Amino acid sequence: MKKEVRLMKGNEVLAEAAIRCGADAYFGYPITPQSEVMETLMELQPWETTGMVVLQAESEVAAINMVYGAASTGKRVLTSSSSPGVSLMSEGFSYLAGAELPCVVINVTRGGPGLGTIQPSQSDYFQATKGGAHGDFHLITLAPSSVQEMHDFVFDAFELAFKYRNPVMILSDGVIGQMMEKVVLADQRPRRTEAEVIAAEKDWALTGKTADREEHVITSLELDPYAQERFNEKLIAKYNKVRENEVRYETYKTEDADYIIVAFGSAARICTMTVDMAREAGYKVGLIRPITLFPFPTKAIAEMAAKGAKGFLSAELNHGQMVEDVRLAVNGKAPVEHYGRSGGAVFSPDEVYNALLTKIIKK
Amino acid sequence: MAELEVQIKEENLVYRKSPLLTDKIMHYCPGCSHGTVHKLVAEVIDELGIQEKTIGVSPVGCSVFAYNYLHIDWSQAAHGRACAVATGIKRTNPDKMVFTYQGDGDLAAIGTAETIHACNRGENIAVIFINNAIYGMTGGQMAPTTLIGMKTATSPYGRDPKIHGFPYKIADIVSQLSGTCYVTRQSVHTPAAVRKTKAAIKKAFENAMAGKGLSFVEVVSTCNSGWKMSPVDANKWMEENLVPFYPLGDIKG
Repeated sequence: MKKEVRLMKGNEVLAEAAIRCGADAYFGYPITPQSEVMETLMELQPWETTGMVVLQAESEVAAINMVYGAASTGKRVLTSSSSPGVSLMSEGFSYLAGAELPCVVINVTRGGPGLGTIQPSQSDYFQATKGGAHGDFHLITLAPSSVQEMHDFVFDAFELAFKYRNPVMILSDGVIGQMMEKVVLADQRPRRTEAEVIAAEKDWALTGKTADREEHVITSLELDPYAQERFNEKLIAKYNKVRENEVRYETYKTEDADYIIVAFGSAARICTMTVDMAREAGYKVGLIRPITLFPFPTKAIAEMAAKGAKGFLSAELNHGQMVEDVRLAVNGKAPVEHYGRSGGAVFSPDEVYNALLTKIIKK
Repeated sequence: MAELEVQIKEENLVYRKSPLLTDKIMHYCPGCSHGTVHKLVAEVIDELGIQEKTIGVSPVGCSVFAYNYLHIDWSQAAHGRACAVATGIKRTNPDKMVFTYQGDGDLAAIGTAETIHACNRGENIAVIFINNAIYGMTGGQMAPTTLIGMKTATSPYGRDPKIHGFPYKIADIVSQLSGTCYVTRQSVHTPAAVRKTKAAIKKAFENAMAGKGLSFVEVVSTCNSGWKMSPVDANKWMEENLVPFYPLGDIKG
């Protein structure tokens, strides 16, 4: 069957993908630059077709806790927001991870700190990859760099969320959210029936206590420190499995590269042009684009360093966050520098090229 | 010593512990109202025959462990967020009976926004609100419902409105909202009051199942440990001080 192809905005495609992947509910609160997600959902009225619930909450705090409630019952549920709103949700991330609940959170980031700007930024990298709230936990984080990936990662994120029973974040930004591109849409998948949820999530989901099982309790509370430690160890073992099995990245002209640019999301799109400019000038430059930010492609970067790469430039729309993970991966084998713009300013390919020359190649 | 013969026979039973209550020993202090209200919730679920349909939401506070005492599925919410969690459950599971069980700090301080907006949307859930005018779990600090002059760990010289602000009646506030169908204030300090509270909880659950909107049952309660009183004195103090400020009876519906 011929696939449906449309020209769509990144934020709109998130809404479309949420419906098509058979999500049960979306809870959100308006914030620029991602308000089109909920606007599109409300316009499409999926409750009339698939039965998907869409609700505008009174705050991001309420929205993430509605997600927590729906996720408690084994439903496929998501929310979206932008940086300041995601900070408000972060308490919920900790509870979701602590209660081992699956859900998808989309952050279409803007410049910070504080209320910041409404232009694109990547300054939420730390928050998205290191846990982002209290306690020993991680979000699994996917970073799309095209409108097509905005679509595809909604499906992938739900898969990962249920595979590991952990919240998954799609870390996008104002560029990808606001721009229009061609996108191939997946066919509509049915929402899971009640019987399917009961069968698939029989060990934990709140589907109503029946005579054949004990009551299910979703909680992250523990009074015994040793029991909490055992639980934390179980979480860490889970994250190690994620590190082992779910790393995703893409490379561009790295096979013979002397110098490597590391960039994700919209920054990576800009940096492919930098690679081409550098190649034209005779420098062997390549790009690695981490697709999963947690788990980070540590091994792939370490191998590049081991193979003799002479320097790494972490190009980010912030003042140096991912560069810490690049340094850990390179582990002193080659110089690692950072170049970035922030606050909503976006660098050009030339700016990255100049930084590459001055900070790495001609240093 | 003469041997005791057990005289309890099935046909002679006039009362028994609800099968919905677990055998776990409750962590509540002797004299606390929570145990009684838990029992009433268990009895109502049992009598309505909705164990398989019921999902409870426990708060942060003394009743965080409510999930240990009733044989139903439970979700434990972050502090103040029970009404949002219940909204998420109910909206995606409209055939379920969803209720929250919250204290005054959880419902009327940190969770005010979630409470008001769930009430205003008319979520088809029941909210059980234990108002004992103090934070029990954290050791007796001032609550939003603490009376003027009342001594707590964070108002050691008595609540002074110039410093601490005023107590407020959130049941009266939510009764003004279009989404609530039933708002009542009850207590459990006498057998008659217990019977009235049970009827109120039953009505709230029936309303939620019938999709009539949000039902709000406040239970003016004692915290004799937090108040530093004997259980008997706490009941008396509650009647003489709390009840005049939080008068009992139906407010709406």
